[in-house]
Amino acid sequence: MQADPKGVLTGVHFMDGDHACCEGALAAGARFAAGYPITPSTEVVERFAARIPMVGGVFIQMEDELAASIAIQGAVWGGAKAFTVTSGPGFSLMMEHVGLAAMTETPCVFVNVQRGGPSTGLPTLPGQADMMQARWGSHGDYGIIALCPNSPQECFDLTIEAFNQAERFRVPVMLMMDEVVGHMTEKVVIPPAAKIDVFPRRLTTAKPDGDYIPFQPDDDLVPPMAPVGMGYNFHITGLTHDERGYPAMNAETQDRLVRRLLKKLETVPCLHEAEGIDGADVVVVSYGITSRVAQRAIGLAREKGVRVGKFRIVTAWPFPDSEIRDLAVRVKAFVVPELNLGQMSREVERAAAGQARTIPVTHAGGSVHRPEQILMAIEEAAR
Amino acid sequence: MAKGFVKITVDRCKGCAFCVEFCPTKVLALSSAFNSKGYHPPHVVAPEKCSGCDLCGMYCPDFAIFGVRGTEAD
Amino acid sequence: MSAVCIENPVEQFLRMDRIPHIWCPGCGIGTTVNCFARALIESKADLQKVAVVSGIGCTGRVAGYTKLDSFHTTHGRAIPFATGLKLANPSLQVVVYSGDGDLFAIGGNHMIHAARRNVDLKVVCVNNLVYAMTGGQTGPATPDHVITATAPYGTYEPAFNLPQLVEAAGACYVARWTTFHVRQLARSMAEMFARRGFCFVEVLSPCPTLYQRRNKMGDGLDAMKAYKELSKTRHGAPTSEVALSRAGEIVVGKFVDRQRPDYGDLMRLQLSETLGDRYAEPEACTCG
Repeated sequence: MQADPKGVLTGVHFMDGDHACCEGALAAGARFAAGYPITPSTEVVERFAARIPMVGGVFIQMEDELAASIAIQGAVWGGAKAFTVTSGPGFSLMMEHVGLAAMTETPCVFVNVQRGGPSTGLPTLPGQADMMQARWGSHGDYGIIALCPNSPQECFDLTIEAFNQAERFRVPVMLMMDEVVGHMTEKVVIPPAAKIDVFPRRLTTAKPDGDYIPFQPDDDLVPPMAPVGMGYNFHITGLTHDERGYPAMNAETQDRLVRRLLKKLETVPCLHEAEGIDGADVVVVSYGITSRVAQRAIGLAREKGVRVGKFRIVTAWPFPDSEIRDLAVRVKAFVVPELNLGQMSREVERAAAGQARTIPVTHAGGSVHRPEQILMAIEEAAR
Repeated sequence: MAKGFVKITVDRCKGCAFCVEFCPTKVLALSSAFNSKGYHPPHVVAPEKCSGCDLCGMYCPDFAIFGVRGTEAD
Repeated sequence: MSAVCIENPVEQFLRMDRIPHIWCPGCGIGTTVNCFARALIESKADLQKVAVVSGIGCTGRVAGYTKLDSFHTTHGRAIPFATGLKLANPSLQVVVYSGDGDLFAIGGNHMIHAARRNVDLKVVCVNNLVYAMTGGQTGPATPDHVITATAPYGTYEPAFNLPQLVEAAGACYVARWTTFHVRQLARSMAEMFARRGFCFVEVLSPCPTLYQRRNKMGDGLDAMKAYKELSKTRHGAPTSEVALSRAGEIVVGKFVDRQRPDYGDLMRLQLSETLGDRYAEPEACTCG
């Protein structure tokens, strides 16, 4: 389905990642946002607050992130596409509601412009230390999708992708930016609305009055939603529920429901960028701003004759297990630079299953790697 | 002459006696019989006094009784 | 004349496939649901447009039994969920139905902000003075010098005066009844449905299994008789004077009924004034 032109700021822009993310949301059809100010994400909703009254929709600054993260879900059930924006401390507060969205299969987008942590940490400086939290932050077994942009252009493009995947899989999607990508200003091309594909809300074709079974999945394991206010009388609960949506607290229903919540994500497209893999001894696996530094390091390493390839993670969750596993048998080692003390590197190591070494290049956050740090690891890996 | 009547869903009752207590004309009393859950449901002891006001229906937390205006034949 | 199957008027609003419900003998929550049903009938509400949002707790289970679009959300967060629902879809009549602990402890912040904003929500707070579902622990509305699961030697915390708090935060309609006052409660609910703005009604209800039992106050019927005896209707009473105590007078009535523009009005007014023709008014934010 084509994007609604009212929200599409077609043109060639010079804007930062936060602003581009907002434009991506508007282009994707987001007409409701709830937020709470937190550096370095606030500009996303500040821009939304300025834009949405002229596009048609609502922005409300809620009293805290707990409220923001559930207000968007109310808005989704009210019929809107909705998102919220935050950084580390707010992301932590939102975790219960990530679980609610996963359990009730509420399509929505959570943007985390990561900063240094833990706790209050480094509000104005980058980190990438919320990656595991994005996957495991709420309690219980559930799955989410997480995407990592590495440029303002990608902040625009991947926000649209995030909304589309949220609707397609009825799942919360995390857009894992970082402070540098959020605050760097680059060229952002916004195409005409006709060239932007948006995934519409999956609504049931069943009639009200008993025909509609709220959590009866389609063939792709995703159940269509019903519009509120049209007599479907559906019930949504965070309790373990059966296909009717009624609480059914027993192990059998739990097994059926929770396994489906994970299984439906097996067909999530694994977005990534692979280059120079053939014949490589070493592959650098990176994402977000670190991938930009890694690119430089790869260039320097190739100048020195090292056969090094690049695997840039865009879909961080579900993790690109099969891609890494296939690479692991072909290369000596993975080098995984991140602005954290080893998070996605653990996933790489797990997926590699001993077929290749995994060398993390850690960084506690607060700035970005120097290319030389990554180069050293590449050279060490190639030995 | 009764102006109303009540309908009781016996097995839904939990014997709280709100209906018995708050019926304005004391139409009901708890029965000595048990329902399938082991509670004493209400039964009508003074049908001629029932006005069908449905206060019993409004009080009943278990939706086990309600009052109707008119006679049962209507 | 053909035989008509007469139905309990509440049943059209219930998911009969889930009855009997989980509430205890003598619990008043079911009574409030009867009042809710009568209020919906009396106010000739378009049932398709009524949505119920609840939190967690015994009262929170109301959403699961009502045959309306209903949402059983997280503990304390029914109000912000309802805010999003209402703002995205203003044609809905959004009712928040939850308990004293859910709305005033963990949910306290959201209560005061929604009241401050005067979001068009109708809040039914069933106050059984404890956290019942989890076993009868102390809550912000528990009177002092009573035994609870977390105050085995007696409470010593002052309780909130719920109507006063909600009025001070900005609610435009504030009332209190008990489960004894079924007709008045149904009328208050119907009044709330007929108007806009943040409306709040507190309903005192027995919790025989936990609160009553621990404090040797008898069963549900004993509580109801106490409500009848101790309550005094004082419409328009200053909310500062309606605090509850362990065995003191229960002031009931409609305390606050004032006109204030609701959040939706305020938003539209400000934006259309500032933006003029450029303002794209959101009738509903619904996506395609």
